[in-house]
Amino acid sequence: MNIVVCVKQIPDPAAPQSFDASNNLNRSGKLILDEADTYGVEMALQLVDKAGGGEVTVVSMGSGTDVAGLRNALAMGATKAVIVSDDALRGSDALSTAKVLAAVIARASFDLVLAATESSDGYTGTTPVQLAELLGLPSITFAKAVSIDGSTLNVSRQTEAGYDEVTAPLPALVTVTAGVVEPRYASFKGIMAAKSKPLEVLSVSDLSLDGQVGAAGARETIVAVEAAETRQAGEKYVDEGDGAQKVVAFLESIKVL
Amino acid sequence: MTLSTIWVLAEPANGSFTTTSLELLTHARSLATNVAAITWGEGGQLGALAGEYGASTLYDVGDLAGALPGVPVAAAIEALSASGAPDALLIPTSYDGRDVAGRLSARLDRPVLTNVTGITDDDGLVTEHPVFGGSLNVKARFTGPGPGIVVVRAKSFVAEPSGGAVATVVAAPAGDTGATGSAVISTSHVEERTGPKLEEATVVVSGGRGLGEASAYAMIEEVAKLLNGAAGASRAIVDAGWVPYSHQVGQTGKTVKPLVYLACGISGATQHMVGMKGSKNIVAINKDADAPIFQIADLGIVGDVHKVLPALIDALKARS
Ligand SMILES: Cc1cc2nc3c(=O)[nH]c(=O)nc-3n(C[C@H](O)[C@H](O)[C@H](O)COP(=O)(O)OP(=O)(O)OC[C@H]3O[C@@H](n4cnc5c(N)ncnc54)[C@H](O)[C@@H]3O)c2cc1C
Ligand SMILES: Nc1ncnc2c1ncn2[C@@H]1O[C@H](COP(=O)(O)O)[C@@H](O)[C@H]1O
Repeated sequence: MNIVVCVKQIPDPAAPQSFDASNNLNRSGKLILDEADTYGVEMALQLVDKAGGGEVTVVSMGSGTDVAGLRNALAMGATKAVIVSDDALRGSDALSTAKVLAAVIARASFDLVLAATESSDGYTGTTPVQLAELLGLPSITFAKAVSIDGSTLNVSRQTEAGYDEVTAPLPALVTVTAGVVEPRYASFKGIMAAKSKPLEVLSVSDLSLDGQVGAAGARETIVAVEAAETRQAGEKYVDEGDGAQKVVAFLESIKVL
Repeated sequence: MTLSTIWVLAEPANGSFTTTSLELLTHARSLATNVAAITWGEGGQLGALAGEYGASTLYDVGDLAGALPGVPVAAAIEALSASGAPDALLIPTSYDGRDVAGRLSARLDRPVLTNVTGITDDDGLVTEHPVFGGSLNVKARFTGPGPGIVVVRAKSFVAEPSGGAVATVVAAPAGDTGATGSAVISTSHVEERTGPKLEEATVVVSGGRGLGEASAYAMIEEVAKLLNGAAGASRAIVDAGWVPYSHQVGQTGKTVKPLVYLACGISGATQHMVGMKGSKNIVAINKDADAPIFQIADLGIVGDVHKVLPALIDALKARS
């Protein structure tokens, strides 16, 4: 069982976010593994384990040169990493991102591709489905449980009303929701081992995608960034046993009671 | 109006179209002269509803034989576009809507704009996207050839019937989708909920990690019931498995705009606020006086949910 996991490296979400001069999210600083993708890495490790062996390859693309996030995935237990790192990728939209990921993944042999339902910084939620289409794969999004039975994939997929049991033949692509598995922490041994695991760095021209990706490939543009209407904070009370009464009085004032 | 034609993905659900689909049909009428809806399954019976909300044509992909809608519906739209593409396609932000958008984008080689909460016409479509927890609004537009694919969040517009005539139903089969279309639903599970729906309730009472443990969520449900409202949740407690995902409010959950939203033990992360900021009134109960949720609360109670909620339950019971 060979599994490819798409992992995005993102600026630390705890740090303040800003736009750069061309209205792209500022990604100049240190990059970390998107927490949303730790679920995919963990899921892949568990599925390979259950299948009795195989490789977990993490694949990423971005304009930065930092690889700390990929090392983190390797330290969790992934076998190898491939990153397309190129300044020409700056300003890539979801479809361009999918084209780059598809070009990398098409070079590998795999049974399953995993991604998160949405990234923490871009949250378009469309990249994985675009990727599945470019690779000619069936896809099941919003997985809350995944199992493999021979060459059949079984997924519990979230729905508006509850969930559906969905099946597809392998190879296929699945997007996993947060909480689907409990991501492991990298052990000290894992962190040491990660340092010598294969990490391949590719450029856009290695994939013959020059001119199709990055800002050059994007066919949408930001025309304005405006401050949104802000809500004013109202009254704040410290509860001294009368907190519930204050809530009741407020509900009366807006005629809910 | 500079746009001539807009197509709207009209998702069938429980004998109707989803509310977001109706919101998009309503708004499409104000942007373009010709509005068509695209549906599948039981939606094919809803020519009258599609017409009532302004569509002149209802394209029906037909029965999907259990296949997930993403691939066959995108294939059908691609086939339709071959003989005259619309200026834009509006798609609800939903599980299946996002699948259709992604598939179609790759098939047509056209970009998608997501998380849209507003659309205006300024010599072409201009979309609005809240970012950084809704503190900023980004405006964007397509620069290349159409059709642009726009994925719109729930409750961005108000659904209003136009009183239009029954839409002409036109069959729009998917054709063979090969391996890509091979994901099939075997069984569906419905999680029972009582009381009003989260998205439609006038009162929403939500709980977060500050409740401390899963059993404390019963207090949230009780307050919701006493106020004839719906119970919601932050993602933290959905991920922890305390409550089903269908309760989640926020960026990856539901968008709610009730008359009043009560946030109990919720910090007010940007991804949570995006789903409830539009509430008419906000009440927050949190033991941390500096919790970000207080910045948008009309009434803030700095206190322990384990004290305030039981007292609130007693007070509400005493009144009823
Ligand atoms: C891509 C992405 C999408 C996301 N989508 C969503 C989403 O859709 N919805 C969502 O909610 N989140 C979402 N999140 C997660 C979000 O960032 C927060 O982690 C989450 O909202 C926090 O939930 P919480 O407020 O319950 O928990 P916490 O942030 O841990 O807050 C708990 C609060 O409870 C208070 N508290 C503790 N004890 C008590 C007590 N006894 N009495 C009163 N108060 C108490 C604390 O002071 C604290 O403020 C998303 C994150 C990412 C990265
Ligand atoms: N630049 C990237 N590199 C690797 N994977 C990515 C990248 N962008 C998106 N993905 C994958 O696609 C998922 C959804 O991303 P998004 O479409 O940005 O919401 C992410 O969580 C990743 O699994």
